[in-house]
Amino acid sequence: MQAAFPLVFAALLFCVGVFGVLSRRNAVLVLMSVELMLAAVTINLVTFGLLAADRGDVVLTGQIFALFVLAIGAAEVGVGLAIILLLYRNRATVNIDDADLMKY
Amino acid sequence: MLAEYLPVAVLFVIAFLFVALSLLVSSKLGPSRPNPVKNAAYESGIIPDPETAVGGSRFPVRFYLVAMLFIIFDVEAVFLYPWATVLRDLSWYGLAVMGVFVALLFESYYYVLRKGGLEWD
Amino acid sequence: MTLLAQIPPLQIPDIAWSAISPELVLFGVGILALLLDTAGPQRLQASFLVFGFAAAGAGYIALSTEQSVLPGLVGLAALGQFALTAIWRDRPRLLSALLAALGFAGAIGVTTWQWGAYSGRLVGADAATFVGTDSLLGGMVAVDGVALFTRVTVCLAGLVTVPLSFAYAEERRIHRGEYYPLLLFAATGMTLLASSADFIMVFIAIEVLSLSLYILAGFAKRDLNSQEAALKYFLLGAFSSALLLYGIALVYGVTGSTNIAEAGRAFSSLDAPQGMAVAAMALLIVGFGFKTAIVPFHMWTPDVYQGAPTPITGFMAAATKAAAFAAFLRVFVGAFAPLQWSWTPVLWVLAALTMLAGAILAVVQNDVKRMLGYSAVAHAGYVLIGFVAVNRAGVSGVLVYLLIYTFMSLGSFGVLALLERRNHKAMAIDDLRGLGRRDPVPAGMLALFLLSLAGIPGTAGFVAKFAVFRAGIEAGHAALVVIAVVSSVIAAFFYIRVIVAMFMEDVPEGVAAEAPLAPSTGMSAGIAFSAAVMVAFGTVLPFLLVDLADQAATFVS
Repeated sequence: MQAAFPLVFAALLFCVGVFGVLSRRNAVLVLMSVELMLAAVTINLVTFGLLAADRGDVVLTGQIFALFVLAIGAAEVGVGLAIILLLYRNRATVNIDDADLMKY
Repeated sequence: MLAEYLPVAVLFVIAFLFVALSLLVSSKLGPSRPNPVKNAAYESGIIPDPETAVGGSRFPVRFYLVAMLFIIFDVEAVFLYPWATVLRDLSWYGLAVMGVFVALLFESYYYVLRKGGLEWD
Repeated sequence: MTLLAQIPPLQIPDIAWSAISPELVLFGVGILALLLDTAGPQRLQASFLVFGFAAAGAGYIALSTEQSVLPGLVGLAALGQFALTAIWRDRPRLLSALLAALGFAGAIGVTTWQWGAYSGRLVGADAATFVGTDSLLGGMVAVDGVALFTRVTVCLAGLVTVPLSFAYAEERRIHRGEYYPLLLFAATGMTLLASSADFIMVFIAIEVLSLSLYILAGFAKRDLNSQEAALKYFLLGAFSSALLLYGIALVYGVTGSTNIAEAGRAFSSLDAPQGMAVAAMALLIVGFGFKTAIVPFHMWTPDVYQGAPTPITGFMAAATKAAAFAAFLRVFVGAFAPLQWSWTPVLWVLAALTMLAGAILAVVQNDVKRMLGYSAVAHAGYVLIGFVAVNRAGVSGVLVYLLIYTFMSLGSFGVLALLERRNHKAMAIDDLRGLGRRDPVPAGMLALFLLSLAGIPGTAGFVAKFAVFRAGIEAGHAALVVIAVVSSVIAAFFYIRVIVAMFMEDVPEGVAAEAPLAPSTGMSAGIAFSAAVMVAFGTVLPFLLVDLADQAATFVS
């Protein structure tokens, strides 16, 4: 199997996610970037799982792991959006630079 | 052996270049003149006006809540598929274990119900 | 007899559920507490329903497998929860707290039972190496010394947190029904993380504990600081989880296995693509570094520790650290030990940075909780010395350190919670001036915990520091130990500054006489228990603890 393409794609996607987390100031966009990173890892896991299957591994570890990542990612979005919403209700902003009450 | 992993090394180089390039290009090419209109939320070309939307906000929070609950319960169902493929081998034991899993799901559903998560008004 | 014959035979696959029995206890009690809270006025009916199902299940297992101990215990627990619910059906919070405390106590009991089986197997084994015991549940869970020791540490932390929380949460009006279930779920994740033998388990456990703690950090939802703490913890936590996950994916890609021990073996026999292995390890270090608050991945720590409700801060500082360090140990010192040339220099530098930065930044803080947050960073650095040593004494030192740190941290945050409860605000160091005159007992307790955190000889903190320093010296890292001592001296300055403010300075002018401190029974009990453990391990029992930790310093192979 030609593994390079999905792996490169996943790495690019991961970098887009990291870039988003580091550059975005809107908490919702940061959360979306984190989800991109998780999606990238999911692609990686499935690819590695297929590679392992090519080598004769009968246990689909990568694919099963991908399912867990999906489920946990969904839970993470739920908690994250709830926290962001809570912040928005009190401050009418979701800019993470405005969350600076506790600097010294 | 080493050649097999060459794409991975290439991938890291590309990834690094991509980030560096994105940062560079966006800082050089994009003039940074933020104004309130640019910073406003994009809603498919509709001007976001807090007054006109129902309930006095851009989006009724109810949508968000229901959507989130749907996603979480929806995704949990994904675990039923791998289980279904091996149900024959697991027989009654598998059924019992999945029963516990579904019971836990129902417990969270009961929680949502009692806390008013599914009430529309 | 005819009835018995009709029961279909239960084909139980060979799954050692007993391996995760503490997790099952914690999780089960958490679900139960949540259910009883959700049911509201129908609490008693819900409790009876649970009793019915549990009794039926236990009876079925007893009849079809001829076991009697496990079904008996399950039946007893089911009956017990029904009795508790019947007695306290009008006081839901008290019921919830009681269940949580019993859950933690039960998990400790189960772990003690596991320890008995484990230490029996240890006899005659080669004590000089990391002796292997089984990894169970398809290689997902390890029941070895590190896992068992950390499980006890985490459950003890939970057991102390429950009474510390009760009056505090009541006072701040954050005593909602989800509090104790979330605490139990977080503890489930932590104990699971400590005993993960597989990277899949590591990821799931980290997420279980993190998701619960994100919510707990923001539990005081009307408090802006608490919200901010939750947001920062969440964003950085989720980011670090994703990095850790990418590292795990790379490990899986290189070795073809997600089992930690197998991945370690595959790594060490690897010939060509060392680059991938190094990249994977770097990502793992970053991911674990965020969770354990190592410089430069500590940015979230002071904010989160300051903003979160105080008993939760104590629990986070103590138990999360113990669990994350246990998994960190298992992956690096346990599985990647053959590759130590590649990662010990990195951790050496990180340890030095963490100790110095934590201590120096703590000096300039005014808020006591924030100061303790930076001090927690410095303590993570001391723990890392045990990692860099990569020997059995190091592992044992880390375990000792984490257990003792648990009580130091819970105790000091507990006293702060007590003071906050009266003053209705976060404590700055100035607010503590003259405290020793007015309330000598809490001030004395806080002084005891702070002296111990500073590592003054004669305290438990000294025992902990000695254990890791000894391992560091043995492994030839004298320079690192010197840095640690320098850092301890700097750190002693700000701990003693608080003590001086409490005992040597007067109450500031213009401060009205405060109401006398009225500690609740629970809080006093939690603090007194922590203090008693501190004194015991500092003076009489250190050898017992170190001996236990020495026995526990093993991984599955």
